[in-house]
Amino acid sequence: MTGLSSSEGIRTGPVRSPWREAWRRLAGNPAAMTGLAVIAVLGVLSVLAPWLAPYGYETQNLELGAAPPSVAHWLGTDVLGRDLLTRMLYGGRISLLVGVCATAVSLVIGTAYGAMSGYAGGKTDAFMMRLVDILYAIPFTVFVIVLMVAFGRNLLLLFAAIGAVEWLTMARIVRGQVLAVKQEMFVQAAAIQGLSHARIVFLHIVPNVLGPVIVYTTLTIPRVMLLEAFLSFLGLGVQAPMSSWGLLIRDGAEVMESFPWLMVFPGVVLAATLFALNFLGDGLRDALDPRFDRKRSGP
Amino acid sequence: MIRFVVNRLLQAVPVLLAAVTIAFFLVRLAPGGPFTQEKSFSEESIRRLNDHYGLNDPVGVQYARYIGNLLRGNLGPSFKYSNRTVNEIISETFPVSLELGCLALGFATCIGLAAGILAALRPNTWRDYTPMALAMTGICVPSFVLGPLLVLVFAIQAGWFNAAGWDTAADRLLPAITLGSAYAAYIARLTRGSMLEILPADFIRTSRATGVLERRIVTRYALKNALIPVVSFMGPAAAGIVTGSFVVETIFNIPGMGKMFVQAAFNRDYSLILGLVAFYSLLIVIFNFAVDIALAWLDPRLRKVTS
Amino acid sequence: MRKIAVFSKSTLALALGLVCSACGRRETPVEAGNRLQVLHLGNSSEPQDLDPHIVTGVTEHNIIAALLEGLVAEDPVSLKPVPGTAGSWDISADARVYTFHLRENAKWSNGDPVTAQDFRFSFQRILSPRLGSPYAYMLFCLESAEAYNKGQIADFNEVGVRAEDDHKLVLTLNEPVPYFLSLLNHYSWFPVHSATILRFGAPDELGSRWTAPGNFVGNGPFTLTEWIPGKKISVVKNDKYWDAGTARLSAIHFYPIGDHKIEERAFRAGQLHVTGTVPIDRVDYYRQNRPDLLRLDPYLGCYYYLFNVRREPLDKLEVRRALAMAINREQIVKYVTKGGEEPAYHFTPPDTAGYTARARLPYDEERARELLAAAGYPGGSGFPRLTLLYNTSDAHARIAQAVQQMWENALGVEIELLNMEWKVYLASCQEGSYDIARAGWIGDYVDPNSFLDMWVTGGGNNRAGWSDAGYDALITEAVAASDPAKRLESFQEAEKILMREAPIVPIYFYRSKSLIQPSVRGWHPTLLDHHPYKHVYLESSGPPSAAP
Repeated sequence: MTGLSSSEGIRTGPVRSPWREAWRRLAGNPAAMTGLAVIAVLGVLSVLAPWLAPYGYETQNLELGAAPPSVAHWLGTDVLGRDLLTRMLYGGRISLLVGVCATAVSLVIGTAYGAMSGYAGGKTDAFMMRLVDILYAIPFTVFVIVLMVAFGRNLLLLFAAIGAVEWLTMARIVRGQVLAVKQEMFVQAAAIQGLSHARIVFLHIVPNVLGPVIVYTTLTIPRVMLLEAFLSFLGLGVQAPMSSWGLLIRDGAEVMESFPWLMVFPGVVLAATLFALNFLGDGLRDALDPRFDRKRSGP
Repeated sequence: MIRFVVNRLLQAVPVLLAAVTIAFFLVRLAPGGPFTQEKSFSEESIRRLNDHYGLNDPVGVQYARYIGNLLRGNLGPSFKYSNRTVNEIISETFPVSLELGCLALGFATCIGLAAGILAALRPNTWRDYTPMALAMTGICVPSFVLGPLLVLVFAIQAGWFNAAGWDTAADRLLPAITLGSAYAAYIARLTRGSMLEILPADFIRTSRATGVLERRIVTRYALKNALIPVVSFMGPAAAGIVTGSFVVETIFNIPGMGKMFVQAAFNRDYSLILGLVAFYSLLIVIFNFAVDIALAWLDPRLRKVTS
Repeated sequence: MRKIAVFSKSTLALALGLVCSACGRRETPVEAGNRLQVLHLGNSSEPQDLDPHIVTGVTEHNIIAALLEGLVAEDPVSLKPVPGTAGSWDISADARVYTFHLRENAKWSNGDPVTAQDFRFSFQRILSPRLGSPYAYMLFCLESAEAYNKGQIADFNEVGVRAEDDHKLVLTLNEPVPYFLSLLNHYSWFPVHSATILRFGAPDELGSRWTAPGNFVGNGPFTLTEWIPGKKISVVKNDKYWDAGTARLSAIHFYPIGDHKIEERAFRAGQLHVTGTVPIDRVDYYRQNRPDLLRLDPYLGCYYYLFNVRREPLDKLEVRRALAMAINREQIVKYVTKGGEEPAYHFTPPDTAGYTARARLPYDEERARELLAAAGYPGGSGFPRLTLLYNTSDAHARIAQAVQQMWENALGVEIELLNMEWKVYLASCQEGSYDIARAGWIGDYVDPNSFLDMWVTGGGNNRAGWSDAGYDALITEAVAASDPAKRLESFQEAEKILMREAPIVPIYFYRSKSLIQPSVRGWHPTLLDHHPYKHVYLESSGPPSAAP
């Protein structure tokens, strides 16, 4: 039975749970595991920030001002003399939280919406996509200002604002993929078997379009972090003196010539997060895609 | 085909009206009006100004008047820049953003596609990792970092370029690179990802077995399919890039639409905001329409589906 | 396969080629400008318009000052009023009637002579109710001007402006105004060309096209030739100007570069002669390495924090004084703003037309703690969590964070910071929906009245909601006083009350910061940051400033 090629989505009967299979594949991918480890380490450091941080994140030292790395301050200080390492530890909490949650929200909404639209096709698809177009055209800055004023400020609002924007592109990508996959034989086979539309969409189609979705998601998280910086700068979200990686990079970019370490360190951490997420994402895609066999890549 | 085009154009109208309507009421919810100033001037003068622009009329009346003008193509005067109309502002700023956007997209597409294809052909080798690593730096170095860095190195240290402005042809280069890098990275990643999925497929193996040239396989068979998610991404991305990027236009002081849009929001220049929303939604519809055409061309099976 | 490799390699080659083609040191705009007497100025933002009766900002002033000239002009060093379009003037014995004699050779840029009727037309225009000019109140010292502007009288002949003949303009004031001639340097008093205005619509109608290049007719040393929104505004020398011989520049280009870091980089790349400001963190660099390029000059303005005295516990005097005295202003100007600003312990900047306030709201942590305890919040316990409002800006954020820490360390008081976008911030301040807010006040003219009359009960700019009968009385006294010494004494007493009651905490007095190429001459430091362009010129000797 294992001689049948797994290039179709047809399951030949559960020998092992597909999730255990996927995990096994993932675990065997060194790059993905490294990525996972990096994310885990950053996550743990952020959570433990209050205990690990050598200083308070708002403790200033005006006379010291912005100082390069030293024994007292491993990563240096910012323009108000605050320890950068501390601020980065605390900032990680915000960035990782917002990054993951906002992306998750947009992923869920976008995938569901896009899959339904693509699967339905015809007039329903046209209508749903036109709704997306309308939402695209709404001026984001005005939307943010109104949100900020109408609902006060808290992190939940931040997720809402970011999620409200990011899901649109996700929906379009998923819809495009679903349109292509819809024609595949396995979908028609499932329809013949009498499966309900919902099952077809979510159990058969979505897993097969996960590839680009995962890639786009891993690209979205750092973009969300930088978008959070823009929003916090405007006043929606994190209030001074609290900071986030995005805000630290932004503030560091302001003074990049005079005090380069203020931009370099947060920038490196964000880049590391991005790389880790990408390796992890690639690994996930490889692991979850039943058709993809790494040994058979290329001639 | 004609029916398709007409159909989509007809769909554009409700999209435009819906977007403008939502924006119309949204902007009036934000506190502060177009004439809120730092030094408090008399209530009288604010009332006069509001009168002149019809802002003291009931909201319903203002809305009806605006839609009436909109349908005739008249987007009204700018509230902030008292001697210019919105139509003029758009016709001045759009060509600039369009030029910048096209240059950036061109740069992004060429570099992105090339990198993605090269990487997919030899996955998990240095030929994969190098372009992908470069692509990723394009994403994780945000434009407000990349732009100033490029300026510091090439404009100030080397003296080859201006630090800001949009006068000579050379002024186009740094902004286009700054704006395009992030998109190049996305395109590279998406292309590589979907190429990796397509290349092992049966029909590819079949054509290889029947002796079709490798080059042909990659460009005609694999790429066409792999481009689908890229094209889906490009639709709104192109609309966004062509209407200008606030960040890049600010960094290089380019008189484009992106900067104008954000500043209009800060100025509460209602008519300018709404005019830009109307224009932007028109562009989105056009670009998504182009995307669907492209998708249908790439995958003929979709032609019946996308109507 | 190979095709793709070739394709990508050629793309790379093309890109490199493009880069190299731009290689080689080019002549910068500044170098070209030095040669041709063309001045390139950084001018923070795109002007709203160039009509002096509609606009309100400093960026607009910088351009209008090149295009129009009022009755008087400014001495480039002291800003004292000197003859402008009016060659001379007489002041009546009671100092209420000013008779201006316009120059015979004063001309508009299209050759028409400048007449007294032009001035009358202009004053009528800015005061007309339908135009809704925000700065109409600058002319309220004229007899019946306020009534005309409020629509209470319909006949402009009742207002104290008379054109006795083509070259004689008589202005009658409600009461003597000692700084009246300085007031005339504000653009709200500038004339506009009546024929041009009328060509484009009714004089009190908005949205007119008369300010477009090609239409604009002015009586200043320069005329408008180009206006590309968001990019540049260009003016060239006006040969018909009566003092054209003094003006040496052939053209000025104004660039609306909003972001001060970009402006600084443009300066270094040789694109600007003078910048509008200098980024905070670059000031030290220039101070140490290129002090010849840096200008930090006193500027007539005060940066302060505003207490909403209508709200608890800020209605208590001890609380306000405690908070005020716990702010270490020395530290703020030394470590946070770093621009050589002067720490402020009173509101009116020192040496404003000879007036230096004796009042003090000092920095004294001990006393502050005592006051807070006396108010019922010893060590800060029980003190509510107030919010400190500021508009989006790095500088304001830094100062706010520093002050937040000072209050926490010195008083045990915890406050929350609130960063609001500009218009929301303005609306909150104007509606009084804030606890403590950041604010700044720039004087319109060099006189203590510009700073002190805003705090009278019910004053439009009195955002604190503060009211003090004694203060009001002293201001009224000062306005009515004929003896200048007595007048300044009244101001002194008023400022004492202001600093004692502390509805505001002055933090520092502004500096105008700019970077200036060594080739620029005649650009003198002035309190209002005004630089009359006809006295500015470029010296092209010596090496151009290389990128520092």
